[in-house]
Amino acid sequence: MRILARLAALVTAFLALSVSAWAQPGGSPLVVTITEGNVDPLPIAITDFIGEDSASAERGAEISRVITNNLRNSGLFAPVDSDAFIEDITNIDLRPRFADWRVINASALLVGRVSVDEQGRLLVAFRLWDTAAEQQLLGMQFTSVPENWRRLAHKVSDAIYERLTGESGFFDTRIVYVSEGTGPDGEPTRRLVIMDQDGANPSFLTDRSYMALLPNFSPTAQQITYVSFRDLQATSYLYDLQTGRQEALFDNRNNAITGGGQSLSARFHPNGRELVLSIGQRGRHDLYGFDLRSRALRQLTNNPSDDTEPSYSPDGSQIVFASNRSGPPQLYVMNADGSDQRRISFGPGRYTSPTWSPRGDLIAFVKQQGRMFSLGVLRADGSGEERILYDGYFVDTPAWSPNGRMLLFTRGDFSPDGTRYSVWTVDLGGFNLRRLPTQGAASDAAWSPLLD
Amino acid sequence: MKLAPFAAVAAFSLLVTACASRPDTTEVVEGPGPVTRDTSTTPAGPVPGSIEDFQLNAGDRVFYGFDRFDLDSAARETLRRQAAWLASHPNARILIAGNTDERGTREYNLALGARRANSARDFLVSQGVDPSRISTVSYGKERPSCTQSTESCWAQNRNAITVITSGAVS
Repeated sequence: MRILARLAALVTAFLALSVSAWAQPGGSPLVVTITEGNVDPLPIAITDFIGEDSASAERGAEISRVITNNLRNSGLFAPVDSDAFIEDITNIDLRPRFADWRVINASALLVGRVSVDEQGRLLVAFRLWDTAAEQQLLGMQFTSVPENWRRLAHKVSDAIYERLTGESGFFDTRIVYVSEGTGPDGEPTRRLVIMDQDGANPSFLTDRSYMALLPNFSPTAQQITYVSFRDLQATSYLYDLQTGRQEALFDNRNNAITGGGQSLSARFHPNGRELVLSIGQRGRHDLYGFDLRSRALRQLTNNPSDDTEPSYSPDGSQIVFASNRSGPPQLYVMNADGSDQRRISFGPGRYTSPTWSPRGDLIAFVKQQGRMFSLGVLRADGSGEERILYDGYFVDTPAWSPNGRMLLFTRGDFSPDGTRYSVWTVDLGGFNLRRLPTQGAASDAAWSPLLD
Repeated sequence: MKLAPFAAVAAFSLLVTACASRPDTTEVVEGPGPVTRDTSTTPAGPVPGSIEDFQLNAGDRVFYGFDRFDLDSAARETLRRQAAWLASHPNARILIAGNTDERGTREYNLALGARRANSARDFLVSQGVDPSRISTVSYGKERPSCTQSTESCWAQNRNAITVITSGAVS
């Protein structure tokens, strides 16, 4: 039996979550190979995390359920039905009986333990085993306040995902979206909702008294930009999640650049200090940079058509946007200062809502052709073929998972009395289409970066 | 409602006439304004200078083609009536709201709605309406007049609606 050195937990005062490694993972043949095609999901046995008392054991079972749900929803893992389990895990520091897990076709085995330390903090320790090689792949311990138990489960999920795929995960993240409804007088309501990536802990950020649309996260996940109708027209707003404070980026009504016109969805530069957005003066929309410290606007594009929906490349050097300067809207890329504007989409139909992948190589977009809408990706340099991931009655607002593996998008389904809107995820191969649990009709989802 | 009052029927037929110039539209659907007016106190028709008078006798909205914001002859005719009405009622101030159908992405439609509101505004200004009396807003596809998933409904939602915000006779 391998002796495992247990390291003291690193308590990080700022982050409320700490991680310690038990052992460095050794070389192992067990990996999930992600290709652009469909993936044969890796069978993994996820046992209920054990606890010294019934409260810890119950929490341990809940944590295992969250991890199971996360890994299954990623499309890369196939959790084995716990009814098939033979070995009953009672001590995670003993080697499991690997044959018992191989016989139920579990390639990987997750065991864990929940305990509470003297300060009342929750400790979640786990080991991930390769049942064929009979090797430990990962042994870690996470610590936080008890209320953060779901985040601990997401941290465990991210660690497993990263160990087995070689890519960073996306489970300890949040999603903001627009909940669509109808008010008491039949007026449309559009409210921002924030929730955990798996749909847990939903809460409204805005009320019914004004429409809120098109949210985007800051690189720190602490702020959200969105379009608010609080000032009776579309206005770019900033929402601070820690303080709950929301403010207009600038006063559209008394601004020489907007000329009283609207300002649309602002997206953050990766440095978190600058934004890019579309501003309509007398109906004509150009792109502007906005510096959060100086509050200064800088014009980036200048032509008689409408330039909308800008999105920075992950290195901040370029911006992709939609423009109808050549007829029906198409996608363009330019340097972040507005120079070297060049068209990158050339297909038939109308291309809108471009969003740059966090990996930098791809741009997701919406294509409208005839009566059909598509979610697609194309290479940022415009080379090669576009790839369609979803076709349907309506598609809008693609948003990437922080690892660039999944896309969130608004899907509209036909109904005679009005389109039904919902938010879905799909992977880069066009597989694993899943509906997100939301508060009623939903649209405009955005995915936060991994939380600290 | 069991029986429609006679005056309401008359108002309804006026709405039909007003809608006849609407592009790609053959059916009349329920809309805001004259149909729901309380006709019992105004049997002789709308009070001159009132919001109802504007809606019935000038026409409060113009329509656009798919992904377009240029004005056709019917739209220009409606806007000329609006300009004349505004000339007769110089205290009235207006808000022009640009709207789109739902067959487009959200931000693009907010931009398109602004284009529509401004094309109507610019035409009114060319007809002599003081720009300071006009404000504009785009609702994109967020405030449709008609919510059914039909071509005629979408055609109705591709519009600029003029609302009297102050100075109307009540």
